[in-house]
Amino acid sequence: MSLIRRKPQRRVAIIGAGLSLFMRRALDTGKELSYYAASQALDAAGVRRKDIQAVVMATAPDAFDGVHMKGEWLLDGAGGVGKPYLRAYVGGGSGVFSIISGWMMVASGLFDLVLVVAEEKMSSCQPHPQGAFLTIFDHIIERPLGPNLLWIFSLEQQRYMAAYGIQNEDIALVSVKNKHNALAHPAAQVAAQLTVKDVLDSEVVAWPVHRLMVSPISDGAAAVVLASEHVAQRLTDHPIWIQGVGWCLDTSYWGNRDLAYPRYVEQAARMAYEMAGITEPRRQIHVAEPYDPFAYKELHHLEGLQLADRGKAPDDLAGGRFDRGGELPTCPSGGLMGVGNPIAAAGLMKICELFWQLRGEAGARQVPGNPERGLAQAWGDLMQVGTVAVLGVR
Amino acid sequence: MDPRQAPPYVPLRGHPLTDDEFREREASTAWAPRLEYAWDAGIAISRFLEGLGQGAIYGVRCRRCGRTVTPPRAFCELDFKPMDEWVKLPETGTINTFSICYVTWDMKPLRVPQIPAVIEIDGTSPRVGFLHLVGGVRGRTVDQIRRQVRVGMPVRAVWKPPAKREGAITDILYFAPVRKRA
Repeated sequence: MSLIRRKPQRRVAIIGAGLSLFMRRALDTGKELSYYAASQALDAAGVRRKDIQAVVMATAPDAFDGVHMKGEWLLDGAGGVGKPYLRAYVGGGSGVFSIISGWMMVASGLFDLVLVVAEEKMSSCQPHPQGAFLTIFDHIIERPLGPNLLWIFSLEQQRYMAAYGIQNEDIALVSVKNKHNALAHPAAQVAAQLTVKDVLDSEVVAWPVHRLMVSPISDGAAAVVLASEHVAQRLTDHPIWIQGVGWCLDTSYWGNRDLAYPRYVEQAARMAYEMAGITEPRRQIHVAEPYDPFAYKELHHLEGLQLADRGKAPDDLAGGRFDRGGELPTCPSGGLMGVGNPIAAAGLMKICELFWQLRGEAGARQVPGNPERGLAQAWGDLMQVGTVAVLGVR
Repeated sequence: MDPRQAPPYVPLRGHPLTDDEFREREASTAWAPRLEYAWDAGIAISRFLEGLGQGAIYGVRCRRCGRTVTPPRAFCELDFKPMDEWVKLPETGTINTFSICYVTWDMKPLRVPQIPAVIEIDGTSPRVGFLHLVGGVRGRTVDQIRRQVRVGMPVRAVWKPPAKREGAITDILYFAPVRKRA
């Protein structure tokens, strides 16, 4: 069944990318972090703020900052003053949803140059930013049980493991790979050279989840500049095209889902693949940045994205298929587990990574073989949204 | 990491603070919001909670897709039709998944872990579980608890004494593993 009415006619390219440092706690405000990333992306694209026709800002819960409608508050740092401005917000899925939103603005023909910025400053929230998530649970039938955010991840990981007979050693290897990859990322907050034993020796926070299987609390920002085809070709010899986008939300009755398999991620991927003309994703996608806020999520998502068989992503990982030099390098940036997880910014960081990888500019992080097509995916809300973007060199 | 070796090839901006610097900085301002809410339970959950107060678990059935779910809902989110055929369900079910949580939301250690679980109540359609707790389990370590609690294991609701029930999800104290279904 077709998921889109017709393939959009106007092509949209990424022509510049920028990042701030990712940090446990920044002196810089959210506006300052946004400015760092946005101004760097504009410089890289060779355009100025006044050339930009519209701005998209992604930032996750207002509760992190204690600022109501923080999208509007961050406007100045995102370069949005006096322009059509949109806050894109689907929880952890926001980073990838931000370029989907920007893509719609350009693909529709409304604008030729759109700045997309994503920011998160989690550290303000005391005593722990997990407090901002307590209100995602149903206030009548869940909150009286005393849930915290770790519960839903540990419940989902255990269901995934039980459904397919996966061991925690298999999951821990994601932390090892991504923290290692992040050693070559200048923005990285928690890069490390670890072993599976180190990960499993870290304390159990919510079995089966150990501390080193969880991404950190982070402050940081990321940005990209999007352009229509004729503008992109005027500004750069190496535009990276957004070939397909997809997103999908599943029911908020999260206990009613198959926790072993994210069907909403599959749906989002199928939409993006259809738009991109991809019929054999495992052959046609050369580098992937699946969302990895917890170690198991990378594997879970690779299966939903049709890039691994159900329950078999751990085998592929153990066999080296997802290494930087493997058949399908995943999270060559170091991902959320290694670079850090300033929520909305982490998703857009994945888009930045594909931009550099596909241009062959990734230096110490470059995956071999001149990749021509990559996929980034993010995920969030109450474990219910999948956001997917397929990028390519043509 | 030398930024010249990997993109974005320019010095990245940002000023990381240590914990001590953060705690000792006078320039930060603390504020503890105080917001109060009074939530209405709604049409379906009000009746469900009333049932719990009487020691019964109620579900609803969609006449169109035939799904039976609990906790109940006023409408089927798939067929978009009223879900108003009420059924009394047994107090037994199966553990779909569970976890053993050793920290509070602000990462303070818990000596006695919580055992959250997704419980599928008998008589409901496949995969319509809901969040509750597993209890009646001895020991505190992962190994001790995993010897007694497994995915797929049958469980039974353990209720508060009738006089102490208040029409809340916590009227079920927890679900305890059972050897054999009644």
